[in-house]
Amino acid sequence: MKLLVCVKRVPITGGRIVLTEDEQAIETRHLGFAISPHEECGVEEAVRLVEANGGESVVLTLGPADAEEQLRDCMAIGIDRGIHLVTDGEEWDPEATAAAILEAIRADEAASGPFDLVFFGNESADSGGFQVGLRVAHALGRPCATGLKAVAVDGGLARCEQEIGGGRDVYELPLPAVVTVLEGLNLPRYPSVPGRMRAGRKPLEQVTPVRPDSRLERARLVVPAGESKQAEVLGRGPDAARAVVDLLEQIGVAS
Amino acid sequence: MSDFPASAKAVVIGCGIVGNSLVYHLTRLGWTDVVQIDTGPLPNPGGSTGHASNFIFPVDHSKEMTQLTLESQRQYIEMGVNTECGGIEVARTEERMEEFRRRMASAKSWGVDSVRLVTAAEIKEFVPYIDETILLGGFYCPTVSVVDSLRAGTIMRERGIESGGLQVFANTDVSGMDVENGRIRRVHTSRGAIEAEVVVIACGVWSPLLAAMAGAHIPLTPAVHQMIDVGPVPRFETSSSAIEFPIVRDMDVFMYERQDGVGLEIGSYAHRSILHDPEEIPSIEEAALSPTEFPFTQADFADQMEHALELMPEIVGDESVGVKYAINGLISLTPDGMPILGETPEVKGLWSCAAVWVKEGPGVGKSVAEWMVLGESHIDLHTSDASRFHDHQKTRAHVKARTFEAFPKTYGIVHPAEQWASERGLRRSPAYEQQKVLGAEFYEVVGWERPQWYNANAPLVEQYGLEQRPAEWDARWWSPIINAEHLAMRENAGIFDLSAFAIFDVKGAGALDALQHAVLAQMDVPVGRVVYTPVLSQGGGFKSDLTIMRLGDQEFRVVTGGAHGMADRKLFSDALPADGSATLVDVTTAWTTIGVWGPKARDILASVTSADVSNEGFAFGRCRTIEIGSQLVLASRISYVGDLGGELYVPIEQGGRLWDVLWEAGRPHSLTACGIGVYGTTGRLEKAYRAYGAELETEYNVVEAGMQRPKVKDQGFVGKEAHLRHREEEPAATLCTLTVDDHVSAAGVKRYPLGREPITLRDGTPLTDAKGRRSYVTSAGAGPSLGKYVLMAYLPPEQAIEGSQELAVEYMNERFPVTVAVAGAAAPFDPENERIRS
Repeated sequence: MKLLVCVKRVPITGGRIVLTEDEQAIETRHLGFAISPHEECGVEEAVRLVEANGGESVVLTLGPADAEEQLRDCMAIGIDRGIHLVTDGEEWDPEATAAAILEAIRADEAASGPFDLVFFGNESADSGGFQVGLRVAHALGRPCATGLKAVAVDGGLARCEQEIGGGRDVYELPLPAVVTVLEGLNLPRYPSVPGRMRAGRKPLEQVTPVRPDSRLERARLVVPAGESKQAEVLGRGPDAARAVVDLLEQIGVAS
Repeated sequence: MSDFPASAKAVVIGCGIVGNSLVYHLTRLGWTDVVQIDTGPLPNPGGSTGHASNFIFPVDHSKEMTQLTLESQRQYIEMGVNTECGGIEVARTEERMEEFRRRMASAKSWGVDSVRLVTAAEIKEFVPYIDETILLGGFYCPTVSVVDSLRAGTIMRERGIESGGLQVFANTDVSGMDVENGRIRRVHTSRGAIEAEVVVIACGVWSPLLAAMAGAHIPLTPAVHQMIDVGPVPRFETSSSAIEFPIVRDMDVFMYERQDGVGLEIGSYAHRSILHDPEEIPSIEEAALSPTEFPFTQADFADQMEHALELMPEIVGDESVGVKYAINGLISLTPDGMPILGETPEVKGLWSCAAVWVKEGPGVGKSVAEWMVLGESHIDLHTSDASRFHDHQKTRAHVKARTFEAFPKTYGIVHPAEQWASERGLRRSPAYEQQKVLGAEFYEVVGWERPQWYNANAPLVEQYGLEQRPAEWDARWWSPIINAEHLAMRENAGIFDLSAFAIFDVKGAGALDALQHAVLAQMDVPVGRVVYTPVLSQGGGFKSDLTIMRLGDQEFRVVTGGAHGMADRKLFSDALPADGSATLVDVTTAWTTIGVWGPKARDILASVTSADVSNEGFAFGRCRTIEIGSQLVLASRISYVGDLGGELYVPIEQGGRLWDVLWEAGRPHSLTACGIGVYGTTGRLEKAYRAYGAELETEYNVVEAGMQRPKVKDQGFVGKEAHLRHREEEPAATLCTLTVDDHVSAAGVKRYPLGREPITLRDGTPLTDAKGRRSYVTSAGAGPSLGKYVLMAYLPPEQAIEGSQELAVEYMNERFPVTVAVAGAAAPFDPENERIRS
């Protein structure tokens, strides 16, 4: 099999989000970077499929030079090689992003054959456009299923499960296909130290695409008022025990 | 939580390990009105304590740090939060094995006796998952432990609260501090303003920002220490306890590995120095983890993974073992590596308790509490004293330059005389250029460039038939030229640049009384006298030693070493009367000092002045202004090298001229430029002159140092009561001068101990005095005129016997026999002081 996972470098926002002064971006001075949990599951799935079926897994990102860090993280998990579409750090809109990825896929497929399956996260963790996977699938003329919580490959078919209220819809897509996946698809592994060391030596191709004029204009970012952190005191001392047990049962970690 | 009080005796800012310890000990010592605040939540407010690795290796080359660490460990044990697992420092190189032999000496000097050197095979038995084939051996310390610093903090806060003397307020921001008349007055917080007599900044990496609110300085920088956690480790899933295996420090690659439950924590001091500014630290709300857990920078850890894999392939090479946690943890670093403790010199009542790590936290808390409540700590804190910094050392550029240079040496092999490469050339004496021409080998002290020796004197080495030391370590940062300069001085004369002296003028109607109260010696002496005197702590130990010239009825000049100069300045400033009847002015940079000593010194001086410099006209211990050409020079007839001559003081801009005049006048008399190697070591040791920080510390008293005078002055002075008591007691130890009988090691190489090594019986049994103090080498160096190598050490009375040949010095894990040359203060060279007084 030949698999592709597309990922995006995004800030890890564990705490309160602060915007830059011009309200065009998130202040990332204090922040680390990662890929979204959806994409982590896509990476894990691709690695598992290659472990089970043989073949090659590739990770692709469109992002600044520093996004190499995320490609190496994916390769530390077991992805075989990376494609880096290097930008100057400006945000690309979904249409431009999809076009650049499409071009890279076509180039890679021309060189080493088609991808059986292309994974995207259902949406990126920062801009959340929900578009890139669909646009790439459409442009490639390949079937696409979105919002997946399970993907299995059997013969020339991908069996895809999409979570809906009260159950799951199941689709079978003929390969080659495109899927967008959700956190919960699997439980991604941690990288091992040997994995990390190998990642530094794996091949990484760099391409510098030209950013087309954006057809979307961002006015500004706004941090939603949202809910502030709230703490509920369940009780004090031994008196709190019953309430704690009830809560643990409620969230399913005790029964 | 009770209402926020409007006032308190003390406000302690910070609920990390040291703040928690401090509030406990303050209440234990009787303070009943202590308020502790922190901007973060409890028990982990988000500072460095929260992500600390929490292990304790007790042995350090620094006595002060070892004492603080041992005291801390004792407290952790008492609180039930100390898990003893043992620890092994492992060596991949022979250089490191040699360093371990040095560590054995430090351990014995500071009383840590359970340590031993182990073979690679023994290491394998302790740590079965290690690849011992890449190791040469190790330094094993069975008392190494892991502590629960957050739990300890909670226990100590709770004890403080139970005493009724402590209130704690978490989630309380500090927005400002008010200083009135140089004294801290109140702290503004998000819960309201609080007035306090004493405010303590125990805020770790944030401390510089808090200090700045009051116009003070706490010169530290946040720096990154990387660590990762890998797991689950199959072997640990069946281990008998959460910490079953000893901690391993892989010293040559600057890393450590330790079991933590089913995980293995891998920490590194091997990466590039990554320094931050306190302003960069995010708020608790903004931080992804805690404010002091910065995002891990993988690229900085690449080599470390390889090194960890080499040492522990079974675990680190296991593909099923994942990297589960990785941070760039922030820690506090200072320009000289020591904590910053005590009252700030800028603001009365504002104290610093910063740059303290978990391993020394409770010991520091206790010691600083003693200092605050009792006026003195049982552990001498002078190398951590917050008042030690000179102005340039408080700048951010200096702090960053020095910590940048020091970080890679965290696990390094650092020679005791090792010089800094950064921040050089800041303070140059007026004769700097002349000295450069003479090939001066400049060493730095508090910014001053001082010639340690002059390479132009190299021909004297052959002339006097001197040898280089054969062992590289002993010869590093040393030259036989020092001994040659010494002999040239003793034969003819030497000229010394002493610009690094710190000099303060104390003037006014109240000056005499103030000084009288501050120092041991009688200060009501005739004008023109020079008085050498110890400065005592309340307990009668040494806070300093220095000379004071009486220049007028109401005018005194205090001259002290540059290294300790700023602490001395605070000491004397604090001693000034409240009514303003005496003032202190720091004239360090107004005056420069040139010393000329040796049998020809008088002839040289007489050739450039018309003043009467005969013994009758200018006696020892006198000072007065003389004319040298067109220069008015304050001449002071004293000596720290044990020869005829004295110190000459001129305005600093005239120093170059004075140097030239003396140099020219000295030519016919074979005047030799001599470095600090002679002044601070060889000349001093031959005369058994004591040095502050080496022989003189608060741990030792005047009688033990052999410096008691026949009479004690009638006037009161700090430490008098204790001093009178000490004079009545038998001393528990006596400062002695020893000489090395045989330098040849088992390998047939002559070795020269460099100081701080244990003095033992010939069979290696350490000497401990009645106060529990070990005997160790306080100073070591050549005595070229004696033809002997000289050591000083405090010995218990039964060993302090002249001529005794029962003792040895332990150096590099070998013992070299020594003889007690002098018990007490008499000089091994010219004991009658005929040269000085001739």
